[in-house]
Amino acid sequence: MNLTRMMALMRARFREFYRDKASWSWNLAMPILIIAGFAFIFSGDSKDLFKVAVLQSDSKADIAFLKTDYIRFIRVTELQDAITRVQRHQVDMLLDLTATPRYWVNEYSANGYMLEKLFRESFTMAPLNVQREVVSGKDIRYVDWVMPGVLAMNMLFSCLWGVGWVVVRYRKNGVLRRLQATPLTAFEFLSAQVIARLIIVTVVTLMVFAGADLVVDFTMRGSYLALFLVFFSGAACFTSMGLLVATRLKTEEVADGLLSLMSWPMMIMSGVWFSMEGTHPVAQFISQLFPLTHLVDASRRIMIDGAGITGVAFEIGLLCSLTLLLLFVSSKLFRWS
Amino acid sequence: MSAILEAQNLVKSYPEVIAVDGIGFAVEAGSCYGLLGPNGAGKTTTMEMLEGVIQPDSGKILYQGKAVGVSFKHDIGIQFQSTSLLDYQTVIEALTMFAAMYEKTANLQELIELCHLQEFINRDTRKLSGGQRQRLLLAIALVNDPTLIFLDEPTTGLDPQSRRNFWHLIESIKLAGKTIILTTHYMEEAYRLCDYISIVDKGKIIIEGNPDALLKQHFAPTVIRLPQAAILNPVNLSEDIILLDGLYELFTDDVSASIARLESQGVGLDDCQISAPTLEDLFLKLTGHALRT
Repeated sequence: MNLTRMMALMRARFREFYRDKASWSWNLAMPILIIAGFAFIFSGDSKDLFKVAVLQSDSKADIAFLKTDYIRFIRVTELQDAITRVQRHQVDMLLDLTATPRYWVNEYSANGYMLEKLFRESFTMAPLNVQREVVSGKDIRYVDWVMPGVLAMNMLFSCLWGVGWVVVRYRKNGVLRRLQATPLTAFEFLSAQVIARLIIVTVVTLMVFAGADLVVDFTMRGSYLALFLVFFSGAACFTSMGLLVATRLKTEEVADGLLSLMSWPMMIMSGVWFSMEGTHPVAQFISQLFPLTHLVDASRRIMIDGAGITGVAFEIGLLCSLTLLLLFVSSKLFRWS
Repeated sequence: MSAILEAQNLVKSYPEVIAVDGIGFAVEAGSCYGLLGPNGAGKTTTMEMLEGVIQPDSGKILYQGKAVGVSFKHDIGIQFQSTSLLDYQTVIEALTMFAAMYEKTANLQELIELCHLQEFINRDTRKLSGGQRQRLLLAIALVNDPTLIFLDEPTTGLDPQSRRNFWHLIESIKLAGKTIILTTHYMEEAYRLCDYISIVDKGKIIIEGNPDALLKQHFAPTVIRLPQAAILNPVNLSEDIILLDGLYELFTDDVSASIARLESQGVGLDDCQISAPTLEDLFLKLTGHALRT
């Protein structure tokens, strides 16, 4: 072991790192942004023990229960959707104050049981003529809930790095220049990259889907065709995002950073690991700007709620439109070298 | 013979340097034209403008007498100075992929035999030696049976044996009637392969012509070189002997007479070298510095 040679190599490696100015921003800024992001998203009162959905008319009924501490009251507008959430244990109770006061609890929910007792206790002093409704539904396992997000996230990384990073590497090491010297056009090259990646991602996702199903037997209530269309449009969108990054960058380090900047906020704020419900309103708004959010929402509606193609047509249309826009911009910006 | 390719007053600048400063020349069909010069002279930038990879800031490039059109890329083959290929491809797969880029292709089997690729035809391209890789890249440059071939420093990094083997390949291509434009900083390579050369330095052509004709024009046919230590009393030397990089040089038409003269002056001849002048001597004479930096 020769320490002199090792030290020389280490010095060269340190120089490589600190002379790469772009790398500094990703190594320092990214962790800080992530921490700040989490702090922002969860910057609310986190002491609440129960969640109650409230369907309320414009008349402001003075109900003491609504002023109970440590209960998060979430205003909802769609009755059926809210009932479904009670069935899914996503809220512990639904309170309908629009006409005849009614409430729903899930007979399988321990939280619902306790909350009902609190609720009934609250109007022993101020009587309230309220109708009780009972629904039933088994709690959705976390793995069932998270599965669509994991598939979508896997697809996101595969598309972004599989196209974006690779094309940048091609540019850096001269592969693009060699191809440019042939009659191959930029459009042909880009199309080939997109189509190849779509096929790869589709096959891999199918394999992951089948493999995961064998292992965990997750819930799949909806249309396989709808799921395929949603995931395919999502993959096309992510691939075109990767292309956008690859249009002119010349180093993999900068590409890595940009792709991380695109993917990490989506991974955290698109509802992949936890619901964005109850997070800061601005965080929820930002979440809606991410294509991954729409892919996760749509696939979750298909797999857990049994939605069909018409139920996710909006998300498919949105993802396809974004794909076309990104492809158009990428084709205008692309340079071989 | 008419010019197949003509460059007229090409200029290309970058933020801190003018890489190509008014270069112009014509290449006759069926010839091998060399751009010779040190690193950073502007050879590769000139080549890339001719290939269409980069656009000149000003100047014209004419192919077969007309401005370069869509068909140009179908008619040319290029071997860049440094190129990576797609990963996880074998040699035959790489060749086949590039062949698919063109409407007209050469016979792949003949190409494989010409470039001696048989022994590693199924090997991963990442596992090729330097010489093998250059042969593959040459084959790729020939895959569309081009009329005009650009070779940018094709033997840089090769060992002497591989370099000479590569020269044989280029000579075979010449015999097939192809036109070749070659850049190199190896004067022996330019002398051996090129029918015409331009010597480039600092973005300009400083001289052009047939290599033999240029050497005859500027030098006597023979140069005698002596180590500095061989001459104990330099004061007595005649003016035609010059000291350069630790060697005394004497260009002469009559070797015997010059040897006799040196002996009579008491010069030790044990370590003398007698050779013909080279393009490097020419470059040194014209620019005042060595070709190899």
